[in-house]
Amino acid sequence: MIKLTINNQDVDLSVEKEMPLLYAIRDELKMTGTKFGCGAGQCGACTVHIDGQAMRSCITPISFAQGKQITTIEGLDENNDHVLQIAWREYKVPQCGYCQSGQIMNAAAMLSNNANPSDDDIDNAMQGNICRCGTYPRIKSAIKKAAQLKQSRES
Amino acid sequence: MSTLNKVNDLQVVNVSRRRFIQGLGLGSGALVLGLSLPGFSALASGQSMKDKAEHALNFFVAIDDNGKTSIVCHRAEMGQGIHTSIPQMIADEMEADWAQVFMVQGKADKRYGAQGTAGSTSIRNQYIQMRQIGASARQMLEQAAANVWNVPLTQVTAQNHEVKNLSNGKTLNFGELAKAASQLTPPEAEKLTLKSPEQFKYIGKEVKLFNMDDIIAGKAIYAQDIQLPDMLIASIARPPVVGGKVESFDASEALKVKGVVEVIQLKERNYPVNVQPLSGVAVLATNTWAAHEGKKKLNIKWQDGENAVHNTKAYQQELIDKVNSKGISVRQKGDVYQHQFDESLTVEATYSVPYINHTPMETPSATAIVTGSGDDTKCTIWAGTQNPQWAQSLVAGELGLPQEKLENVALNLTLMGGAFGRKSKSDFIIEAVELAQKVKRPVKVVWTREDDIQHGFYHSISANYLKAQVTPEKGADFWLQRVTYPPIGWLFNDKQDRPNDNDLSLGFGDLPFELNNLICETQTVTTHIRTGWVRSVACINNGFALGSFVDELAVKANVPTRQMWLNLLGEDRMVDVKAEGFNYSNYGMDYSTHPIDIKRMKSLINLISDKANVEEALPENQGWGISFLRSFGSYVAAATKVEVSNKQVKVLEMHTAIDCGVAVTPDRVRSQMEGAMIFGLSITLMGEITTKDGRVEQSNFHDAPVTRMHQSPPMHVHIVDSQEPPGGVGEPGVPPIIPSITNAIFHASGIRIRHLPVNKTLSV
Repeated sequence: MIKLTINNQDVDLSVEKEMPLLYAIRDELKMTGTKFGCGAGQCGACTVHIDGQAMRSCITPISFAQGKQITTIEGLDENNDHVLQIAWREYKVPQCGYCQSGQIMNAAAMLSNNANPSDDDIDNAMQGNICRCGTYPRIKSAIKKAAQLKQSRES
Repeated sequence: MSTLNKVNDLQVVNVSRRRFIQGLGLGSGALVLGLSLPGFSALASGQSMKDKAEHALNFFVAIDDNGKTSIVCHRAEMGQGIHTSIPQMIADEMEADWAQVFMVQGKADKRYGAQGTAGSTSIRNQYIQMRQIGASARQMLEQAAANVWNVPLTQVTAQNHEVKNLSNGKTLNFGELAKAASQLTPPEAEKLTLKSPEQFKYIGKEVKLFNMDDIIAGKAIYAQDIQLPDMLIASIARPPVVGGKVESFDASEALKVKGVVEVIQLKERNYPVNVQPLSGVAVLATNTWAAHEGKKKLNIKWQDGENAVHNTKAYQQELIDKVNSKGISVRQKGDVYQHQFDESLTVEATYSVPYINHTPMETPSATAIVTGSGDDTKCTIWAGTQNPQWAQSLVAGELGLPQEKLENVALNLTLMGGAFGRKSKSDFIIEAVELAQKVKRPVKVVWTREDDIQHGFYHSISANYLKAQVTPEKGADFWLQRVTYPPIGWLFNDKQDRPNDNDLSLGFGDLPFELNNLICETQTVTTHIRTGWVRSVACINNGFALGSFVDELAVKANVPTRQMWLNLLGEDRMVDVKAEGFNYSNYGMDYSTHPIDIKRMKSLINLISDKANVEEALPENQGWGISFLRSFGSYVAAATKVEVSNKQVKVLEMHTAIDCGVAVTPDRVRSQMEGAMIFGLSITLMGEITTKDGRVEQSNFHDAPVTRMHQSPPMHVHIVDSQEPPGGVGEPGVPPIIPSITNAIFHASGIRIRHLPVNKTLSV
């Protein structure tokens, strides 16, 4: 039995300890906002937060998450009004939308560590998240906008 | 221009039907409208609800008593924004209030007419029809109000979700009128008046996009997100060589994986390969991970078959050799072969493009349930598919159902996590159906990324050859061009041995230049692997070759590339390439609405050159490249600035200009152009699938890379304000991007990239 806390809820899962967290989230907990993209930690579609850090859930064994706090896109903000989500709506970032949960989760972890990221900071932090539709320019704009929103909220 | 606002002869019919209304959760007073499109059955006739209660939906508009307006989008959403654009066209003509409009995804149903979301057709082919649906609804609502007030129709007008009595200013809202309107006979097509462009409220304007909020909240449902009780998840090992078969396998180790329930060998399939499954062995499990883990333990021995001879390195050289020798002419003018070329004024070049995979972020996936047997077999599917009717028909065939039992196959469309042409093929859907029928449980087939990259329908490997001589006027003449590649038609007819006229219509046989001597040729090939439509299709290689060659001619003539384009295009005119014997398909459109208009081409080339300022003075290691292609009914020009230092390319800035006629949803035109630039960057800089002994050598993003954020420069999109009939948007952005990048590399470094991708020559 694996115990973990996901979006502030305690859950017990009876799965193999090697099972990647992604499949536990999607198949066992039926939370499908977190996506499969490559199964190899190369595309970022499966990004969740584990104790606040952006992690690729497709290559993270669930045993690693035992006892830790996990946040998925569904738990990022109860009203879906995280500054990134607000900015994402303003810039109409998504096209197909499939990679966007991972993009937002990765960006959220970056913003927690860097309140005012430069273009280079964003490139460095986000280059592990692939978008095949080509939303990069809008992601970049939206992250900068979210950083502004966050700063004005906090000041 | 008149064609835009002229109501065509299609009839809108009232098809209020109980099942549709029930399906939408609407009250029985709903007004439901469908459109009689070409090829529709007689079902689409204005009969009473009771008579039609048993028929499935072919409807677009429904209004409930509270005014809530449901509009069906019968096309599929893969990121292009069609879920918004179809309701936008209908709602505008209806005078519906956008805040009260809800989009309903239509299922597979031939009564919608053409439902395939491919070829950038959804708007360009349906701009009039969708607006007619809205105009008809509007007129029925107006008539219902006129009846209430006992005034002539001319005394009322619909505006913003209500109908106003012009003589006394009274109003009735759409909800109040829905029931009465639904009882009326829809107006004849000739009595419909469509809006003039200045009356548009939504078309060409910014509107709130459907799906956006759900995506950002992680709530949007894609094919992989389907969860059903008792469902098994299947991971399939497929023959690594097309046409290969399973010689033996051992299920015992796979069955030991916790969660694995069953191992099933899929049935063998024959040539032509069509878009059927490749066969192989499936591991079915209660969770995705167990299915994938089980697959690794099957210990399969394969019989590779005849296509194991396919090695792309040698094959590409074969293609190059072929286009360097005389081929089969498809278009000819004057006499190129008798000309004595002046070598000092002649450019001769061969270009090649490798296989390219679609690589949508969501790998193929479908879920199916099959019940019953014989003609009573029923099947329900959830899938992201670009071609639901084709899938439905193939599934019926798979289940042995006659085509008149198509309705036994209910195909529900999910959002697609990208597609780019991959999801127009139904192999993954049929896999789910085959397995669901065998295990009598719901089955979701999920492809791994390795599956996606190694068992694709690739953009064809190709070679293009061009030769021409610069004229004293700094244009060119004596133009000889050849292309060949394994044709997509091989999927359906394995005797097809060369691109056909339809294939060659994609940026090759439609060369629009003012030339006195021209010959366009192709060559025969053998095919060894599945190829398919990838965003922009053969315009990828033809656009790359043409855009590169014009740049090479400009260099030879010592004129700016812009000037060479303008010189080659010549006088403003409408070009008829059919006049020179080419059987041109014009993307399925008529010249009368979508001519080859030289004036629009020249203005795009000037626009991109001016907006990007491509003739500015630059540091020695920087350069601008431009290119242009008219494809899928739209005109697109691109400009890219790069820096090349120490054999490393850095893309600094990109521009795209599009004239797509009316831009129905401008923000999604813009986002498609942004996407096209990034898709084009991937193709140009790093896109390559290779085979050795018939097997694809790449497997995941580490060896089949795509553009990442740090490789994506600042981008600018310029949309031409136009009221010309709409052209396509999803595909035409890509072709000019590719040579704009390689031309820029040449102008920055002197290195001419004739063989993609760039990363074979330079670091990216």
